[in-house]
Order: sequence, then structure tokens, then C-alpha cells
Amino acid sequence: MFAGYLVNTWEAATIVAVVAGVAGFFIVLRGAAFAAHALPNGAFAGAAGATLIGANTILGLGVFSLAGAALIAALGRRARQDVATALTIVVMLASGDLFLSRTSEYAPAIFALLFGEVLGISSGQVVPTAAIAAVCVAAVLVLYRPLLLSSVAPDLAEAQGIDTRFMDLAFLVVIALVTTMAVPVVGSLLIFSLLIGPPAAARAFTDRPPVALGLSVVLALLSVWVSIAASFETNLPIGFFVGATGAVWYLAGHVRTAWAGHARHPEPARARRAARTPRG
Amino acid sequence: MPSPSAAVTASLAPVFEPGFFSSGPVHVALAVGGIVAIVSAAVGVFTVIRGQSFAGHSLADIGTAGGSAAVWAGVSTIFGLVAFNVVAAGVMELIGIRRPRGRDLATGIVLGASLGLAALFLYEDTISSSTTGATVTVLFGSIFTLAPGTTTIVAVLGAVSIALLALLYRPLLLSSLSYDLAAARGIPVRLVGGGFLLALALAVSLSAVTIGAILSTALLIGPAAVAERLTRRPARAIAVAAAVGIGSVWIGTLIAYDSTVWLGGESLPVSFCIVGLVFVAYLASGLIARALPERRLERRPGARDALALPEVD
Amino acid sequence: MGSDADASRPSPPIGAPSATNTVLELDDVSVSLGGRTVLEDVSFSLEAGEFCGLIGSNGAGKTTLLRLVLGLVTPARGTVRTPLGGRGPKIGYVPQKISLEPDMPLRARDLVALGLDGHRLGPGRRGPAQRAAVDEMLEAVGAARFAEARVGNLSGGEQQRVMIAHALISRPRLLLLDEPLANLDIRAGQEVVRLLAHIAAEQHIGILLSAHDMNPLLPVMDRILYLAAGRAVSGSTDEVVSTETLSRLYGQRVEVIRTHGRVIVVAGTDAADPTHDF
Repeated sequence: MFAGYLVNTWEAATIVAVVAGVAGFFIVLRGAAFAAHALPNGAFAGAAGATLIGANTILGLGVFSLAGAALIAALGRRARQDVATALTIVVMLASGDLFLSRTSEYAPAIFALLFGEVLGISSGQVVPTAAIAAVCVAAVLVLYRPLLLSSVAPDLAEAQGIDTRFMDLAFLVVIALVTTMAVPVVGSLLIFSLLIGPPAAARAFTDRPPVALGLSVVLALLSVWVSIAASFETNLPIGFFVGATGAVWYLAGHVRTAWAGHARHPEPARARRAARTPRG
Repeated sequence: MPSPSAAVTASLAPVFEPGFFSSGPVHVALAVGGIVAIVSAAVGVFTVIRGQSFAGHSLADIGTAGGSAAVWAGVSTIFGLVAFNVVAAGVMELIGIRRPRGRDLATGIVLGASLGLAALFLYEDTISSSTTGATVTVLFGSIFTLAPGTTTIVAVLGAVSIALLALLYRPLLLSSLSYDLAAARGIPVRLVGGGFLLALALAVSLSAVTIGAILSTALLIGPAAVAERLTRRPARAIAVAAAVGIGSVWIGTLIAYDSTVWLGGESLPVSFCIVGLVFVAYLASGLIARALPERRLERRPGARDALALPEVD
Repeated sequence: MGSDADASRPSPPIGAPSATNTVLELDDVSVSLGGRTVLEDVSFSLEAGEFCGLIGSNGAGKTTLLRLVLGLVTPARGTVRTPLGGRGPKIGYVPQKISLEPDMPLRARDLVALGLDGHRLGPGRRGPAQRAAVDEMLEAVGAARFAEARVGNLSGGEQQRVMIAHALISRPRLLLLDEPLANLDIRAGQEVVRLLAHIAAEQHIGILLSAHDMNPLLPVMDRILYLAAGRAVSGSTDEVVSTETLSRLYGQRVEVIRTHGRVIVVAGTDAADPTHDF
């Protein structure tokens, strides 16, 4: 499984995991899970469109995920964020459907784009993956403090002179870049598990933001490494293992939080019941 | 009265391309699409009010796992979808987090795990039966390839979903507007929320299996979002959403059908046409809402605290 | 202390206050939101070291006035003068709704530190000087005890103290608090009020605190800014809280009743129909 032809796989997957861990930390902190699902899922339409006109897949993914980010931000000014995101993903997928209907050659590649073809990464793919990854990590590091403050307390950030709308948009652009980079490697549906599972667990184990960020990266790395190995050994699709490890991390975090909460407030349920006014 | 209808048909001939009204698949598409639009509108209004668009969309995607599992197990697709979605809704409710951020995350994890399963089943399906077509069908659906019997199943499932919603209507509305207020009045908020998720799971199942995951989300959220902008009364919002939904489905179906003639053999995908109409309706509703001055006040972000409108959590 | 980020920010008609000791000046300010006049011809000024209560019932325009001072709302007419520019660390702000969720990995001290540098780019390294400043501020607001705790797990009163530390650590000359007492029990409320009065005097900053009930503030208020239906009157407590002044402000007869050291404002001569019973 460490054979020569798999070196690219390990490299690309490791890069994706690091970026997913970093970006995912803020996705979970900002409650942007829906956007983190919508952009990769909808951007697959871009890949379909690129194939249709004979352009580079990465270019198609990039254009579509950035357009999706802009649409979410634009619609989000006048509507709830979740409604804006739902409408965006629907519009993106519908255009994907249109592109697919124009081409007959595309169908076999759909599975790979949706669920990833991590075992078939070429060496030519590693360089663009690494380049976009570097941009993502740099963007998050540059914005780290205002992004952190506007994620945990938007009104405080506003009062401190931070343009929270700009932060929203900037972060959507980061998700779009992560999408562009990760979809060809792990697929548009499964990058999502990688983006939210590890950070969801990480925040339960530490109270310090930088430590949580680091832990999130570590767990994401574990996820992909375990998934590649398992996929190689069992010959089952890697997406299954990525989804499963994501759920395991989340569950671990949940158990840990419940345990800590139980230790702090032994009888929360009863107290709540007692506080409730009787039916009148 | 044959003459007026004949005259109408004649005058509309350029609009309705030949065979539209006599085509069996079109009849089924219009009937199923109409039912799905109504059910989605009713459930969708509450989905939007409760901020559960993500759950609504996720269930459609989770249906992919259910559909592929059904293909793998050799049982009916709709059975697999309903089973998976009801279980997924149950798990979401079990994790049961009130805060929207945490709830979205729990939804996302269930979605991620289900997509993992979908990958597994689709892979097995492809290996065993070598039909790559299953992936596309489950993900995108096709309103024109529905079996005629589908109408009955859809109608029954839709009726169950609507009945559940009608039963829960008032406590659901109150607990959607204010969780604490509802809890204080003795409403079993979690039970009501779980019941709603069940209605949502049924509605999404039946729409995903007939018209595909894309249209399922489009019809669930789009018309309800239009209605939310145009009216503040829940019952009226359901009516507006149903009208927008039915209009989009029927006109979209017509355009897709006619496009075969316009484009000379090729056609526009029906989901593309319907989503396009829903999106246009949404943009138009924004313009209409802006033309009504008192509505503009309510829609301004941040205006709520400034104007001391009632707090809604 | 002047921040690079703020100098470049274009601000509405806002300049430095005319008198050196004045930290806030509103001059005939009107604000409209969505076609409705929320504040009308409000004039007011606040000196450093002064504790001013911004009093009014729900919907009177308190939050809008605070957002106006922060530069988040643009006045339709009139001018707002605040210490050196609109926003940024020169004005501390404690919002009304504190929504810090317990699942956020963030300690109390992290939030306070973000008050110092949250608007700066880059991940930033906090040296011993910054850490000392955070410790000092946590100590000053009585939050040192739970400095290491996850901020979302703290009680409402504890979170409030952390937020005050967050607002004060950039050494602002003006501190705004939006209904800080609304979610506290009476004792915690009294403690916060005493703490704030102490901070105003000690650190020589102006404090503008909004509340719908003036009574907890009576012992410490230097001035009062009373809002009703978007119009305002300000002055000392005795000047403002009188039957004549408030009747003029409300445009109808109201009566101020002082009893057991408390102030009650009731509508008209018919005391059975209170609009403002505390």
C-alpha cells in the first residue's frame, strides 16, 4: 500500500487533510456546515461544465465554487443564511444537471467526482493541490484573529471595527478554494465529512482555540490515513471510511462533552423540568 | 361544451407543443409534481421558519444512500428511501441540539455518514449489476420516467405527511417561534420537533424518489422562502408556497417538454427548468417585498432590536 | 495607542469632541431606520469619568443610540463626536445579547485578549506584556477566578464581566453597555453597577449604560439620558426625573413617584394604569 504509484495519493490526501482540519475548525465555529456541504456538492456542476467545453476540471470547480460563494453571500444579505445556501446549492446542481444532459461521455466520471478517486491521483495533480492548499492556509492565518472574534461574537467584532460581512465573504471564498482543491481528491460529497468531523471532536477536548485547531488537523490526518489504508485493504470506496471516521470523531466529542457536562451539572434535566411552569 | 375548450386549445397551440396533454408520462409528471409541490410547500414553510433548510436538504441526499441501499438489497427504492430518512431523522432528533449551529453540525454528521454509506452501496451496485445509471437516477431523479403506479404511493405518503403536520400545527408553530415559550406552556417541544422531522422525512422521501434530490430541496425551500417574504401569516404562506410550487413544476414541465421541439431533438432537463422558475420567483419576491414599505422594515437585518419587535428565537 | 486599522476607516460626520475632557457629543442627531424616525433631535454630551444611565422602555431607541455612537448606524441629521474616530478600541462595547455557545473552544482570557488585538491581521503572538494586561483586566473586573474556564460555560453574570474586560482592555475613553442588567439577578446587577462606577472613576472613562429600569443605577449615576419615543432629555437625575420634564418628554401627563428610595413613573393621574412601573 506504500507502493510507488500510491505516493501521489498519500501526498495529496495529506495536503487535503491539513487544509480540511484548518478550514473545518472555523466552519464548525461559525456554524457554516451547510455552506461547507453546498459548495463542494454544487461545484461538481463546474466540473461537468468544464468537461462539456473541454476545459480543465479544476478550473471549472474553481469558477463554480467561487460563484457559489458569491451567490450565498449575495442572497444572504436579504434572507436567512440557510435559505440562501439551499437556493444556491439547488441552482448549482440544476446547472450541473443541464451540463450533464449535454454530454454523454461524462456519466462514468460522476462517481469519481462525487466520491473521490483518491487511489488514482496523478503526480500532476499534487502540485496544484499543494498550491491552492497553501493559499487557503495562508488566508486563514492572515485572517485568524478577526475571523476568530467574528465567529465567536459577531457583535463584539463589529464594535471593534471588524467588517463582519467581509469576514463572511472571505471565509466563503476559503471554503470555495478548499472545494476546488479537495473535490478531485476525495470527492464533492466526502470532503464535507472531513471538514466537520475532526473539528467537531477537537473543540470538545480543549478550551484553547489554537490547540483545537491543531487537534482538528491531527484528527483529519488520522481520518484520511486510516481511510486510505482501509480502502486499500478492503477494496471498498474510500468515501465510506471517511464518512464513518467523521461520525466516530463527532461521537467521541459528543461523549466527551456529555461526560464533562454531567460532571459539572449532575441533574440538568430535572432542574429544567422543575423550572417549567405547569400546564395551565 | 366542446367549442370553448377547443378554442382555448387552439389559441394555446403555440404554447403547448403537440402531445403534451395526451402524453402518459406528462400526466404522471404533472400529477406527481403537483402533489409533491403541495406537500413540500406545507412542510417547507415550517422548515424555513425553523431554520432547518439544511436538514431538509440533507434528507434528500441521505435518500441517495437509502435508494442505493434498496437497489443493493433488491427492494423497492421508495421503501429504502423512507426507511433511511426516517432513521436519519430519528438520529438527528436523538442528538437533539437546540442551538442552530450545533443542530446543523449534527445534521451534517448524519449526512456525512449517510453519504459514506451511499458510496459503499453505489459501489456495490456498480460491481454487482454494473449499472452506473443507478447513481444518476437516485441523485437526479427524473420526473418523466415515473411509473404510473407512483402517483398512488406519492399521494398516500404525502397525505400522511400533511396529516402529521395538521395534527402538530399549533404547537409546532408556537415552538418554532419560541422554544422557551412553548416549553413553558407545557408543549412537549422535543416530541413536536421530532414529529416535524418525521413529516419532513416523509415529504423529502417522496419528492426525492420521484423528482430527485435537487428538485426536492428546490421545492421544499424555494416556494416557502418566496412565501415568507410576501406574507407573515403561516396559513397564507403555505397557500402562497403551494401556488408557487405548483406553478413552477407545471410550467417547468411544459418548458422542458416544449424544449424538445425548440432545440430540435435535444431537450432541457426538467429539473433545470423548474429550479430556474423557482429561483426567478424568489428574486421577484424580493422586488415585490421591497415595494411594500412596511415589509421592508421587518426584513432589514438588525432592525429587529432597533425597533423592539418581539424576540424570536 | 492610535490604531492603524481605524485611521483608514471612512467615518460618517464624526470628529473629535470639542472639549478635551468630553468623550461623547451628540448634536441634534436624528436617525431613521427603514423610513421610521427612531431618534429625533437628540443632543447630549458625556465627560470622561462620568457614569450616565441611558433610560427608556423597550423600543425607545436605546440600542439604536448606542449603535449610532459605535458608528454602526448613520445619522440622518446632526453630528456625533466620539474620541478620535468612530469605532475600534477607542470605544468599548458590551452588547445586550451575549450568545457565547458552550461548545466553542474559547477560554475567558482568550476572549479578553481578542479585545486587545482581535481586529489585527495575522495569527499574532502574545508576549508577556499582553498576557499581563489580560490578567490585570480580568482581575479588575473580578473575573480572574474563571479566567481559564470555557467562556460559554460561565453564568450570565460571569460572561458579562468577561465582556466588560474585553471592552476595557483596549483602554477606551468611552464604554457603552446595552442593557447589562437585563439578564442578571438583583445582587449580580448591583455588583456590576458598583464595578462599573468604580471603573469610571478609577480609569477616568465615560460610561453610557442603557437600562429600562433606572432604580439600580440611582446610587451611582452622575447623569441620565432619558429616551421616550425617540426623543431625549438629559441632565442630572433630579432635573430629568421630575413630573414636569418627563411629562413634556412623553407629550402626556406622567407622574414621578418617589417612595422607599425608588422612583416610579406612572401614566397620567390615574395611578391604576402604569406605563412604567418598576
